[in-house]
Amino acid sequence: MLGFVLRRIAMAVPVILILIVFSFVLMRAAPGGPFTKERALPPKVLENINAKYGLDDPFLVQIGTYLKNIIFHFDFGPSFVYQDRTVNQIVADGFPVTLTYGFWAFFFAVLIGGALGIAAALKQNTWIDYLAVGFSIGAQALPNFIMAPILVLVFTLWLSWLPGGGWWGGPGDPNSYSSYLVMPVIALATSYLASIARLTRSSMLEVLNSNFVRTARAKGLPDRTIVLRHTLKPALIPVISYLGPAFVGMITGSVVVDMFLSTGGIGKDFVQAALNRDYSVIMGITILVGMLTILFNLLVDVLYAWIDPRIRY
Amino acid sequence: MAHVTDIVDTTEVIKGRSLWQDARARFFRNKAAVAALFILILVSLFALFGGFLTPWSNEEIDWNLMGDVRTLGGPSIETGHYFGLDPLGRDLFARVVQGTQISLMIGIVGALISVIVGTLYGATAGFIGGRLDNIMMRIVDILMAIPYMFVLILLLVVFGRSIFMLFVGIGLISWLDMARIARGQTLSIKNKEFVEAAIATGVSTPKIIIRHIVPNLLGVVIVYATLLVPSMIMFESFISFLGLGVQEPLTSWGALINEGAGQMRYGTLWMLGFPLFFFLISLFAFFFFGDGLRDALDPKDR
Repeated sequence: MLGFVLRRIAMAVPVILILIVFSFVLMRAAPGGPFTKERALPPKVLENINAKYGLDDPFLVQIGTYLKNIIFHFDFGPSFVYQDRTVNQIVADGFPVTLTYGFWAFFFAVLIGGALGIAAALKQNTWIDYLAVGFSIGAQALPNFIMAPILVLVFTLWLSWLPGGGWWGGPGDPNSYSSYLVMPVIALATSYLASIARLTRSSMLEVLNSNFVRTARAKGLPDRTIVLRHTLKPALIPVISYLGPAFVGMITGSVVVDMFLSTGGIGKDFVQAALNRDYSVIMGITILVGMLTILFNLLVDVLYAWIDPRIRY
Repeated sequence: MAHVTDIVDTTEVIKGRSLWQDARARFFRNKAAVAALFILILVSLFALFGGFLTPWSNEEIDWNLMGDVRTLGGPSIETGHYFGLDPLGRDLFARVVQGTQISLMIGIVGALISVIVGTLYGATAGFIGGRLDNIMMRIVDILMAIPYMFVLILLLVVFGRSIFMLFVGIGLISWLDMARIARGQTLSIKNKEFVEAAIATGVSTPKIIIRHIVPNLLGVVIVYATLLVPSMIMFESFISFLGLGVQEPLTSWGALINEGAGQMRYGTLWMLGFPLFFFLISLFAFFFFGDGLRDALDPKDR
């Protein structure tokens, strides 16, 4: 197992390096730099700015410095647009927010989706099953950017139950902390909850009809033991392989949530930086998200190998 | 005593049914799938011919109503704006027609790219196997580990926003899953007798892949491609929702939904409602259609 984990980490490192180099090259290939303004800067000023940000070094030196700073200091450099802010500061401001609602959305998607799928499979062809299947088909067509406006429409404009966006401002805030969480979490979780429910239901049904479950029934084991001890683990295997994409979905979805509900996570910084051509911020966030994705996929793979003893690496 | 030949002569000749006939019969027995197909045909007709139903184009501004979109710009037959006006005073019907064209086109082109590239890539990797397979699939793994939405936004920023760039971005990622599926299927059929026969008679490897492997992958590929269309549409809508997708005066469902959502606090709900309606029914229809096809073509469920 340790060897497997080490090998997976060894594979993840080149992926991250490729990602860094790729985005660096892309950024340098872009027409127009961050200091290209409508009114051209005096050449001397531009020269000084370029020298300050190291943009006048040879290409390989630039990329080397960038890599070195990331690897040894985890430093993504200064923002090119906001002079007094570094990429690390921007990320540190937004990331906790993204992680908070992302975590809860992920948690509820897995918990409720899984529970719904299991219930539907155990009570196949009853109203619970039909309800779950109907819901999961319906919710598939409701990605975060559809859910966010609908939620604002219903909960803010019609019912006035929740603030129409924003994030908790501290103890003086008239709204509670959780009231700001509800809409981002529902918006992000819905479509993934639906997919997880569908997946769980079908794999659970497959396991329930398998020979070893029939044997367990024939031995006269109580239903609860059969479900808990024998079916749950194999039924969850396909679900676990879906966790990676679901996690990526939460992170990408944060872009929509941040833009539409002004929650102030890194999604907003990313789009803002994209529009401002703030290269270091875009690259920093892309690389960070990439690392996170790779790390999470690694975790999922390890979990996978642990839960399914047939998998040998 | 009847002779055997008599019996054979008197009984009707039983007609064989091909795989595809079987599949078609199964598909048309599935009511939800047929309804979905019907809706898809209607939406496509709307995209193709909807433009002829209105005198307005997607760019023209109705100057008479422009100042009062909120009160006068609602859907009505008298003004000729069946779906009302958008915030700038343009005819929403014409814009929804145009958005439907773009969204459907992106969905279909994305799926086509994935079918062509993904199938060939996966079939090649699976058929040749060995080290080449290993390298090719590692490349897919690496590409999959990259947060593509962020990379696509990066591409759109660097090379400017255009429909072409959107296609490039979608083309870059859409084939990855297809390649895996095609490879898996290829592994299961490459040891069949007909492939062995082809090898034995000296058919070249590229020809075996195209003439013998790919046609046998089609069932699975078609099913997956129909399910890929809605996900491509969602993908594009996501980008357009952020304002990074198609550019004015062109539009798409995502851009229209974003526009409508931005206006909804002023009570002009038709701006959100119409594009949302078309988005939702089409996606539903694609899902049900794809599910129906899977049930019809997937040999596992027989």
